Amino acid sequence: MPDARTLAGQPVMFRGGGFAPRPVGPLGPAVFIVVIGLWEMGSRIGWIAPLVLPAPSEAFAALAYLFETGQIWRHLEASVSRLVIGWSAGMALGVAIGFAIGLFSIARSGLVPVVAALFPIPKIALLPLFIVWFGIGEGSKIATILFGTLFPTVIATYGGVDNVDRSLIRMGQSFGLSWWSIVRKIVLPGALPAILSGTRISASIAIILLVAAEMIGAEYGIGAYVLLAGNLAATDQLIAGVAMLSVLGLTVSWLIGRAERYFLRWRS
Amino acid sequence: MDLHIVGLNHRYGDMPVLDGIDLRIESGRIVCLIGPSGCGKSTLLRLIGGLEQPTDGAIGQIGEPPDGCLNPLTYIFQDFALLPWRTARGNISLVLEDHDLSERETGRIVDDVLARTDLSDFGNAFPRQLSGGMKQRVAIARALAVNPAVLLMDEPLSALDGQTRALLMDDLIGLWTREPFTAVYVTHNLQEAVRLGHKIVVLSRRPGRIRDQVAINMPLEDRPDAVAELAQTQRYLWELLREEAQAADRELADA
Ligand SMILES: Nc1ncnc2c1ncn2[C@@H]1O[C@H](COP(=O)(O)OP(=O)(O)O)[C@@H](O)[C@H]1O
Ligand SMILES: [Mg+2]
Repeated sequence: MPDARTLAGQPVMFRGGGFAPRPVGPLGPAVFIVVIGLWEMGSRIGWIAPLVLPAPSEAFAALAYLFETGQIWRHLEASVSRLVIGWSAGMALGVAIGFAIGLFSIARSGLVPVVAALFPIPKIALLPLFIVWFGIGEGSKIATILFGTLFPTVIATYGGVDNVDRSLIRMGQSFGLSWWSIVRKIVLPGALPAILSGTRISASIAIILLVAAEMIGAEYGIGAYVLLAGNLAATDQLIAGVAMLSVLGLTVSWLIGRAERYFLRWRS
Repeated sequence: MDLHIVGLNHRYGDMPVLDGIDLRIESGRIVCLIGPSGCGKSTLLRLIGGLEQPTDGAIGQIGEPPDGCLNPLTYIFQDFALLPWRTARGNISLVLEDHDLSERETGRIVDDVLARTDLSDFGNAFPRQLSGGMKQRVAIARALAVNPAVLLMDEPLSALDGQTRALLMDDLIGLWTREPFTAVYVTHNLQEAVRLGHKIVVLSRRPGRIRDQVAINMPLEDRPDAVAELAQTQRYLWELLREEAQAADRELADA
């Protein structure tokens, strides 16, 4: 009699698995260190000409110098305040307009074509016009950022409002909730995930426009610093400026991530 | 409070959905509404609750809603309709917040309905943490919180599995025996209808007309032991429905 545990016939071939990438521990930082290490080595050996690309240590020194002289704070203060004012004004206005479009027929039919026409214009093309309107100073820079973030926010918001589960709204009506309660307690939280993911898009647009706007007629700001470094062929400062932008972008996306985790904690 | 439906007609565009509905919903009784799918049961329920306006005909309230009633016509939905961003307590207090109640009064009502639906330990759970049956319990608790005159239930158990359905059915019967409520209960399940209904209204296929109304006078608490007698009623209802369901099933969706 055959042993019940010996396999009779062919084993069934395994064909599942895969398609599930997972983060592998410290691989990310390791790649960073290796790339920067190779770059530094290449610069020291002479493979990379210092004029084309400075060694990371030189860029780091330029950054350290910025800290020493305290200049970095003036640049950051100028950039961050433009970003915060322009972006938050664009967001606030965008959410308000998006809600109007999402809730009222008149706003929808009146504003959607306008939004559709203005959205695809690269807002940087409007900068000269804004300079004429608002002057070369802060006004034109903030207006550019505001305009650039306004439209993606409008579109994300009314898309979010449109996608709020109608059965929840019907539930609210069936319990006699006031219009304002329904908007505040059902529509707003329902649209929040879409609004927050719109925030990521508008934040990256805001940073692009910030740098571009600062390249015209600004004394301080990361964009001005990068432009000046380019004009002087000071690539070490240029890289330092670019690194600051990366840190700025990462900080913003970290903040948005925190906001998402806080506001959408009901999701999982 | 009774509801009186007179000469109700309803159409969507050119399509008649309900045709000449006359119905009386008596206080303290459960009316079950059955009919083939697409015959207009949900539409009728929306009309009764004032979520839509009938093309023709009227629905009258006779008598006053009970004392302390915050929302006379109150729904329990098939898909529960709970706000995912609010806990069970939050979902119940939602429907109390627009009324001028003190925080203590609100808390008392929420505690009371959670206890009545056996949910006291789950007040702070979010809907995603709850099973389907528990979600529907929260929705029932929410409906009880406004002390309704008439409960309007649209296939409240249809999204649940068999065992959960049986458990919730017992809960509903328990709630009714302790404190009789008025309800219109839409279902396509005949067993539920004979188990819960004091009156069973059979609608024809679209446009929905009333084919027949069957009264069952047996008290709800006696029905689990009278399966044989109920089976007879159920068979009669199935005879009525069978033909309609078959014909409705064979209609082309866009015809
Ligand atoms: N808002 C609506 N607009 C147009 N047609 C609808 C609407 N709601 C329901 N209907 C149609 O009315 C008919 C009855 O629907 P419904 O009341 O949901 O049926 P039941 O609940 O009995 O299955 C269906 O044919 C459905 O497609
Ligand atoms: Mg239905």
